[in-house]
Amino acid sequence: MQSELMSQPYSMRLWAWLGPQLGPLLLAALLLLGVALPLAHALLPADHPWFISAYTLTLAGKILCYAVVALALDLVWGYTGLLSLGHGLFFALGGYGMGMYLMRQGDAELPAFMTFLDWQTLPWFWWGSEHFLWALVLIVMVPALVAGIFGWLAFRSRIKGVYFSIITQALTFAAMLLFFRNETGFGGNNGFTDFKTLLGFGIAEPATRAVLFLLSLALLVLAWLGARWLVNSPFGRILTAVRDAESRLMFCGYSPLYFKLTIWVLSAVLCALAGALYVPQVGIINPSEMSPANSIEMVIWVALGGRGTLIGPMLGAGLVNGAKSWFTVAFPEYWLFFLGFVFIAATLFLPHGVVGWWRRLWRKSA
Amino acid sequence: MTLFSPKTAVVEREGWDGEAKGLAHLVDGQLDTRHGAILYLEEVCVSFDGFKALNHLNLDIGVGELRCIIGPNGAGKTTMMDVITGKTRPDSGAVFFGQTIDLTRYREAEIAQLGIGRKFQKPTVFEAMTVFENLQLALAGPRSVWASLRARLTGEQRDRIEALLLRVRLQEQRHRVAGLLSHGQKQWLEIGMLLAQDPRLLLLDEPVAGMTDAETEKTAELLLSLKGHHSLMVVEHDMAFVEAIAERVTVLAEGSVLAEGSLAQVQADERVIEVYLGR
Repeated sequence: MQSELMSQPYSMRLWAWLGPQLGPLLLAALLLLGVALPLAHALLPADHPWFISAYTLTLAGKILCYAVVALALDLVWGYTGLLSLGHGLFFALGGYGMGMYLMRQGDAELPAFMTFLDWQTLPWFWWGSEHFLWALVLIVMVPALVAGIFGWLAFRSRIKGVYFSIITQALTFAAMLLFFRNETGFGGNNGFTDFKTLLGFGIAEPATRAVLFLLSLALLVLAWLGARWLVNSPFGRILTAVRDAESRLMFCGYSPLYFKLTIWVLSAVLCALAGALYVPQVGIINPSEMSPANSIEMVIWVALGGRGTLIGPMLGAGLVNGAKSWFTVAFPEYWLFFLGFVFIAATLFLPHGVVGWWRRLWRKSA
Repeated sequence: MTLFSPKTAVVEREGWDGEAKGLAHLVDGQLDTRHGAILYLEEVCVSFDGFKALNHLNLDIGVGELRCIIGPNGAGKTTMMDVITGKTRPDSGAVFFGQTIDLTRYREAEIAQLGIGRKFQKPTVFEAMTVFENLQLALAGPRSVWASLRARLTGEQRDRIEALLLRVRLQEQRHRVAGLLSHGQKQWLEIGMLLAQDPRLLLLDEPVAGMTDAETEKTAELLLSLKGHHSLMVVEHDMAFVEAIAERVTVLAEGSVLAEGSLAQVQADERVIEVYLGR
């Protein structure tokens, strides 16, 4: 057996070894990037050939945040069978929470957009947002509450399948319309921008950018490890049981409501944390983050990467967003066509996503 | 959820023989089978858009009894199981588990925890999990989210699962993904999952549908071995199978009981022959 393996060409042996190592490979790549990118950005002079520009670093940080979203969405869709077409809402709520804090960092008493609206006092829901810790509480608790209340109502009424998806879509759309209004108190369609400092550090400084990038990476790796533990626990098996045979689960004596609610809220909070790290990196948050199209794009990341796996959604978020950043520069008007094509192709030819395809390839050769 | 309390329901029910005068023993949630019956259905009516699926149905199952329910299509057999397990709420009538537990007040999961297991007509198992994991998930124990996060398989539980695997003849398949089992094996796994819950009453909807003759025979053996420890209600179309297992047979037609007795008795009943052959 051993000698047979040794006599195979080197490439075959490499493949046989690499095939099942998709997870460790991705982790290694992430950690390598995590060291190299921020160092190359913060320490190298701007004319150095290996210098990483602020644009590239921000793009990479953004993609890491998106990967967290994809992971969170996969926990509810891939593992629990609840297709959410409104996860952009939770991402945006986390972003707005961080944005509120960032908007309060100047010397002025009120954020600029409120002065333009001729408001004299701060609305009550802005109270305390100048404190970072309170902002963190908002970032976690507001999406958790929204998800909790929505989930409780939807799951208790046993809304499932396509009906559930449509309602999530409606929810994010309604929230977008609400946030578009100036009177709502979140800057209307301009949202928040023009951030200056974060915890006293200049938001555009290389070191700040490097740290934000590293925090995004840390969030992704922690979310990944946490999700791994979760899906392999008895809790995770019950999630797949909800997905595959919910009525069987009920007649086994489990109440699916609480299992769905737990993973739904957890997923929303993960998205919110990703949104909170995303906003200081890209420097803007506005209601278009809540547009249904954004949430649908998130679903495409998961579908392309491979739902029901943990590596897949992260890869999918990277592939789609990597392609997007290239496409929107090279052929800006064709991006949406391309995205649609990717979704159709993934549905038709890669039912288990890139990861499923990789595994099949490896199994065939093995 | 219906709001009436079980006590008033008991008192108001017509035809109550007054036997349970000492209402003090009506402890909610405790199974009381002192009167020898584990399940009572009294005057149960269910209609869907005017169609009377159950029409003043009266039925009771004794402790440790194995009862077969037969009847033509549309007789209300599955609806009856839906009512017992909380999937469908009856329009009127009483459904009691033992003397004291009013099943119409509980949801599906609660009823399962009270001790009623149900096997579906189409075998339903968790296809993405292994046989072992299916049984582990069904094993009696706490059902909360918190418990599932902390759960560890104890040696005792492992032994129980091994015993169940042996009982439903799936020892060789324990690490196979349930989706890859044959139809008959899935049926057995589902029965194994019911047993893992350690229910007092098992409802089995067509347990031998799609089984080979040899499998059917083994299933009959299995069910007969359960009799006494558990009460069973079996809905089946396969008369040879019914003959092999049943002492008492209830014939349902148009949502109510048409006849009850041994298989030979009901088969000789004029009205039964009529509904089966059509008029």
